[in-house]
Order: sequence, then structure tokens, then C-alpha cells
Amino acid sequence: MVTFKDFRNTVKPNWCPGCGDFSVQAAIQRAAANLDIEPHELAVVSGIGCSGRLSGYINSYGLHGIHGRALPIAQGLKMANRDLNVIATGGDGDGFAIGMGHTIHSIRRNIDITYVVMDNQIYGLTKGQTSPRSAAGFVTKSTPGGAIEPSLKPLEVALSSGATFVAQSFSTDLKELTAIIEEGMKHRGFAFINVFSPCVTYNKVNTYDWFKEHITKLSSVEGYDPSNRTEAMRTVMEYEGLVTGIIYQNENEPSYQEKVIGYHEEPLNKADIMIKEEELNELMKEFM
Amino acid sequence: MLHQLSWKVGGQQGEGIESTGEIFSTAMNRLGYHLYGYRHFSSRIKGGHTNNKINVRTSTVHTIPDDLNILVAFDQETIEINYKELTKEGVILADAKFKPVKPEDCLAELYIVPFTEIATELGTSLMKNMVAIGATAALMNLEDEVFQSVVNEIFGRKGEAVVQKNMEAIAKGHQITNELLKDQVGKFELEPGDGKHRLFMIGNEALALGALAAGSRLMSAYPITPASEIMEYLIKKLPKFGGTVIQTEDEIAAATMAIGASYGGARAFTASAGPGLSLMMEALGLAGMTETPLVVVDTQRGGPSTGLPTKQEQSDLMAMLYGTHGEIPKVVIAPSTGEEAFYDMIQAFNIADELQLPVIVLSDLQLSLGKQTVEPFDYSKISINRGKLKMDELPELEDKQYFKRYEFTEDGISTRVVPGQKYGIHHVTGVEHNEEGKPSEAAGNRKKQMDKRFRKLQYVHFDTPVFTDAPNKEADVLLVGFGSTKGAIEEIRPMLDAEGIKTNHAHIRLIYPFPVEEMKPLIDHAKKVIVVENNATGQLANILKLNMGHHDKIVNLTKYDGTPFLPLELLDRVKELLTDGDI
Ligand SMILES: Cc1ncc(C[n+]2csc(CCOP(=O)(O)OP(=O)(O)O)c2C)c(N)n1
Ligand code: SF4
Ligand SMILES: [Mg+2]
Repeated sequence: MVTFKDFRNTVKPNWCPGCGDFSVQAAIQRAAANLDIEPHELAVVSGIGCSGRLSGYINSYGLHGIHGRALPIAQGLKMANRDLNVIATGGDGDGFAIGMGHTIHSIRRNIDITYVVMDNQIYGLTKGQTSPRSAAGFVTKSTPGGAIEPSLKPLEVALSSGATFVAQSFSTDLKELTAIIEEGMKHRGFAFINVFSPCVTYNKVNTYDWFKEHITKLSSVEGYDPSNRTEAMRTVMEYEGLVTGIIYQNENEPSYQEKVIGYHEEPLNKADIMIKEEELNELMKEFM
Repeated sequence: MLHQLSWKVGGQQGEGIESTGEIFSTAMNRLGYHLYGYRHFSSRIKGGHTNNKINVRTSTVHTIPDDLNILVAFDQETIEINYKELTKEGVILADAKFKPVKPEDCLAELYIVPFTEIATELGTSLMKNMVAIGATAALMNLEDEVFQSVVNEIFGRKGEAVVQKNMEAIAKGHQITNELLKDQVGKFELEPGDGKHRLFMIGNEALALGALAAGSRLMSAYPITPASEIMEYLIKKLPKFGGTVIQTEDEIAAATMAIGASYGGARAFTASAGPGLSLMMEALGLAGMTETPLVVVDTQRGGPSTGLPTKQEQSDLMAMLYGTHGEIPKVVIAPSTGEEAFYDMIQAFNIADELQLPVIVLSDLQLSLGKQTVEPFDYSKISINRGKLKMDELPELEDKQYFKRYEFTEDGISTRVVPGQKYGIHHVTGVEHNEEGKPSEAAGNRKKQMDKRFRKLQYVHFDTPVFTDAPNKEADVLLVGFGSTKGAIEEIRPMLDAEGIKTNHAHIRLIYPFPVEEMKPLIDHAKKVIVVENNATGQLANILKLNMGHHDKIVNLTKYDGTPFLPLELLDRVKELLTDGDI
């Protein structure tokens, strides 16, 4: 039996004590163990930021790439080895500023990977500038007079981009977060999971207490149906994005890999790639 | 009878000019001639002048010539733009429909043929290009049957009647032109071709086929001129091999997705042109730092910025050698013909796997889009070498112990394992790291890892770092180039020799690491080194000086107006650079 301890490595995280990212790491480790995945069967691809360090703190394969590009790397990896469990992670700047294009297109593409965003409404690693998730009026080093731009609404973006799995959670709610990541990993397409993961050092507004006060759990909303996209959108708007739980899931939509014509059942990294002489001759004939 | 014929068709873009050239040249290829075609086109899709010039020869050729024997014109603009290329004996075959006029100083003969009228009589004006092909057949004294197989292939799907009609259009064009030409019939008859089956393809198709033969099963790319044909070819073929092409949201995604796939153990690559390569720079650094194999094709076009997107240039060289911040080992190779494009892709994938680093295959618009005769690819020359990639079982590791993916080794190359393998767990990061891939900023480790990465460059195996055609022991002139300028240089080298200017030719195929050993004797034994390149600042000349010294001998010969070098033009330019003391 695999346990979450198998996913611990010997590296000591350099996150600030109390950083929300610790729990996100724990939740990923637990979810993988609950799904009985062995450490070598998991790859975590992360971006750059405090959150980006996460891939180095898990005893699994891990790639810590470049700022904003965790998703295309993770998708390439999955396409090369469709049997592998691939999780992409990063911060709100990573996924919603520099990497926003990839976020939307990964959602549209629907390759079967899980994307966990550690949303702290701030740039942690670069020491406290505004993020696309910072609320209007939020004072940071780069917005001394308060942020002028409105905060980005990731759940609405995901829903309108054709997402097949949209969820949100809060890092202190380890039970809910673990369950959501598990569901995301089981989902047959792209799973988008936004996690409120407070930055205790640079964000003195969106604190643990602030979230506790403002969050509504969808499990407490009577008769909420996550298979209904219209209801999902309405609910997200009604609660101004401050809900947690599985917001929307379409279990019927095939993943990208299922739709690609001719895509081998066997992982591409195991394919015999030496072309046959007849195949080459056949290809050359078209040019004669 | 002639050994060589230069033929051009021109008209408005979107009017079937491409297919006219296509039908003519495919038929010539099947007769065993050697061809080299170059299309002039604009960024517009419909409208705007376009032409397709085709060099037909009984021997190998890699360039279009300066002059022109036959010009097929579908509008007056075609005549105006192109008549100056025609020789005295040249002929314009023009459609009567636009009431063609011969420019006053035009030396060639103008024959007005009712292309459109004949085609319309036969059923549709669309067949005017077939009539023009018939007219060409008259001048070259070709049997109409030589076009039969091509016509079958193009129109077969539409039924026997359509095939018949098109052949009839050719026959009619042939017959009417015969009557017009009288004693000029067969004026441009070529010696017979050798009937050998050769490939006729654009460089991009050779690159794509090379990637396939190299075992690449994934391509991630974003469309751009002049690279798109590579992804378009592979999306048709890869499904049969279990793989696919992913059209990404941008070139950053294209490059990083290829890195992800390569990290996963598949052979993956991307292809783009200047603007896309600019976007990929950070990804190249990641591949270099994480020692992930990556193959990137750069089909150079006119820069900077959007520049001249449909024109020839070779100005990305410096960016490809030095691009990405910081310092990474990288290999840059430059094919100059269709054959080299194919085999170089295989070598690129092998080098990338062997040395675990990014390899850039530097093409240019002329090579990528120029349609050329290519010798059939030799299956026995295809080999796949994945270097120190270890996909089978690994020795047991203690619990929590990481695999030493970046182990210090003598050649700098460490064993590569991929996600999914038991006992292979390691970390990969663009941050400086230790042997297990874990971040480390320690000064000692940093230096050792940098040295390890660069040590790999001593082990590049590339079959022909420099192509040489150097019959002269002591040369007056050494002509140096890279990429598609080879065709023009190889035409003029013997011409210069014949004029008493002892000339050697070196075409650089492996640009980084620079083949100093191979170039040294060639430069030592030349009085003057003329570097021929399609850019304004003499990038290759500078690289030559940087690596070889000899600043006093090395002279720039550049062209950056968007058009390829033509042999006779180049000949004149070379002679202009020679002073009495040189010879
Ligand atoms: C191309 C590039 N631009 C800028 C940076 C600097 N940088 C590193 S992390 C970061 C933002 C981090 O914010 P976020 O993604 O929210 O992660 P967090 O640290 O909050 O977890 C920036 C701007 C970089 N590494 N690369
Ligand atoms: S700066 Fe903020 S986000 Fe970064 S580790 Fe500290 S608490 Fe976490
Ligand atoms: Mg953040």
C-alpha cells in the first residue's frame, strides 16, 4: 500500500512558516496515495514562483520549468506518455498573468492532466507585487495607490473556455482539497483546480481569516448540481467566485488523447520509432 | 539540343499559377531531368503578382539561373516584371485575352496564344493553364503524353471525362502553338532525361520527412511562413505512425511542449521562422540547462520584426548561435539541399539525444520553399541513436534516494531516464542544480555543472561539418557560404576557375561548434576568402573571423534585398571584389 509518506522527499521547503502552499503539497501527496499511484508513476510540472518550488518537494518525478509555461510542458509530457499521471502546478501570476494564454488553451484542448493553481492574490517570490488576482484597491509594492485593474475571475474564464472540470478549494481544508485533487486526477480530461493558498508574508488582506469569513462551500448549497454549466456560472457569479468544491464537471466529453486520430494506445515513448523501408518508399513515392 | 532550360509562369496569385508550374515540373521530373524551382509570391492570398521559375537540366542543379528561355504570361504585369530576364532567343507565350504588348526593349519574341479562349471553348476557362502547358510542349518538342500521368493524378477523382478534357486542352495548345511558331517548333528541345526516378519536393517536405524517419512522433508548432509546410505535411502522415501534430497557441507553447514530450522520452520537435524563434529563446535555455534533447527548425526569412515574411534571408544566424540569456551548449547545423535537409534532421535528433541539448536546424526560405530534385533517400543511411537514454530496468535505489540524472561524467553526458521508470526519480529544474537535479547555488557545484554541460560539445558527431569543392591546392579565392547559397556558388566556382581565377568552395554545414579544423587548411591556402550570405551585416563572415582570425583576408559579399543570389550576378560580384593583387 502506498501512503502519503512515500511522496515525501528529503528536501526542506523554503516556504515561509504558515504559507498556504504546504497544505497544497500535502493534499497532492495524499491524493496520489489515495489513488494508489506509486511515486514513479507521478510527474509534477511546476512554474516559477514560491508555488513553483512545489515540484521539488514531492518524492515523484518533477520538473520546475520557466515562468508561466508549466502547462505546455506538462501537456507535452502527457502526450509522450499517456500512462503517466501528470499534475501541473503554479501560482496565480504564473497561470493567470504570464501563462494565461496557455491556461485558456489547455482548458480548451482538454488533455488529461490536472492543474492546481496556488492562488494567493499576490506575487510571492518577487516580494509582493500585484497579481491579476489582486482585488481592485489592493495596495502592493507595484500598486502603492491601490490596484486599479479589476481582479481576474478564473472560474468564469475556465467555464467559458470550455472546461470539463472546474473546482476550487482552500488550502486549510485538507480533506476537501485532497478529495478534489483526487477527482481531478480521475477526470478523463483537463482538470482545473484553483486553490486559495494564503501568502502570510505579503498579503495582509486575503488572510486565512478573511477566506474563512468569505468562503461558501458548495456542499452547503442546497441541490447544487455540478453537471449544469449554466448553474455553475450563475452560482460562481452570485458568490463572486468565493465558493469551494467541484463547480463543474462534464464526464461525457472525451479527452484530447481520445480524439486524436491515429494516436497510439501504447505510450509514444515506448514506440519502436525506426521507420520501415517499405514505409519510407511509400512516403517517397508521393514525390516522384 | 539543350542541356538546360529556364521556364517561368506568371500571373495573379490565386489564378492557378502554382498548378501550372506544378504540372510542368512534375512531368519533367518524371522524364529524369533535374529541377530547381523558386516561387516569387507576396503575403497576399489572392491577387498580387506571383511567378514560378523552374530550371530544368540534364545534370544536378541547386539554383535558379539568372536568365530565362520561356515566359508563360497570364497578364501584362508578368511581362513587365520578368521580360528583362529573357535571353535574345527567349520566347514569351502570352494569353491573347489580356492583349499582350511587347515592351520596346524586349529582345525576346512574343507569341500570343488564345489560352483562355481555347479553354473556354473546351468547357472552362480554368483549363487555360493546360493550354499553356501544351504551348510549352510545342516549344520543347515534347509529346503530350508526358503530361498524362500527372493529369490523371490531379483530375482522376473528377472522372475520365475531365481527364480527357484537360489532355485535349494540352493538345489544342500544342497544335495552335505549332502553327504560330512554324520553324521555331522544338526550339527549346532538351537532351532526353535519364528517366531515373527522383524526388521532387520542397525543402520543408524533406525536413518533415527527415523528422519522421528520425522517429519523431510529436510535433508542436504554430503556423508561420516559411515553416508551415512542415507541420502540414506531418499532420497528414503522423497519425499512421501513432503520433500527431499539435497546433499550439504560440511558439512558446510549441517549444516548451516539445521539451515536455522529450522529457517524457518521445522524440519531439518544433519548427518556425524568425519571429517564432524569438519567442522560443527562453525555452531554448530551459532545454540547455535541464539537458533535455530538443530539435528546432528555423526556416529563416527576411527580418527584422515581421520584415519580409515571404522573402529569402539568412539573418538569424547570430541569434541562433547566441540566443537565450546566459550560456548553454547548443548545436547549430545548416542544410543546403533537399538531401541534406532530410539527413540533417536525422542527425539533429541523434545529436540532441546523444548530447542532451538543443539542436537548431537552420534552413532558409529558398531551401524551405524551393522545389527541387532530390535523390531518393537511402534507407541504409538512417540510424537512430538515443545516446545515454536508458528506458529499461534501473538498479534499485534506497528509499527517497534520487537518481543522479546530472551525474558528473568524463564526457559530460549523464544517463537519462524518463518519468514512469521505477528507481529513476530525480528532479529537473532550470535553476542551477546538483547531480540529482535538486537546486544548488554552491559555487563549486555551479562551476562543475557548467563545465559538464559545455564538455558535451566536444562529442558532436556530424558527418560533414564542411562541404568542400576545393580542387585547387593554392586558391586565389575561397568562397564560403551556408544554406541555400550553395546552388549559386557551385555554379560559378568552375566558371571562375575557367577564367583563370583559382577558386575553391567551402559550405559550412555545422555552424556551432564551428569546424575550425576543417576550415583551417582551406583558409590557409587561399589568398582571399569571400563569404557569400543573404544578410546585411556579414554574420557568417564575422563568425569566420571570430573562429579563424585572418581578418585581412575575409571579405563580405552580402545581399539583403529579399531575393536569392543568382549565379551570374554572384559571378560579377565576386570579380568586383578581386583586385589585381589577388590573382
Ligand atoms: C519571464 C520571467 N519574468 C519574470 C520572472 C520573475 N518572477 C518570478 S516568479 C514571479 C511571479 C510569482 O508570482 P506567482 O506566480 O503568483 O507565484 P507565487 O510566488 O505567488 O507563488 C515573477 C514575476 C521570471 N522568473 N521569468
Ligand atoms: S512569500 Fe508568501 S507565497 Fe512565498 S513562501 Fe512566503 S508566504 Fe508563501
Ligand atoms: Mg501568487
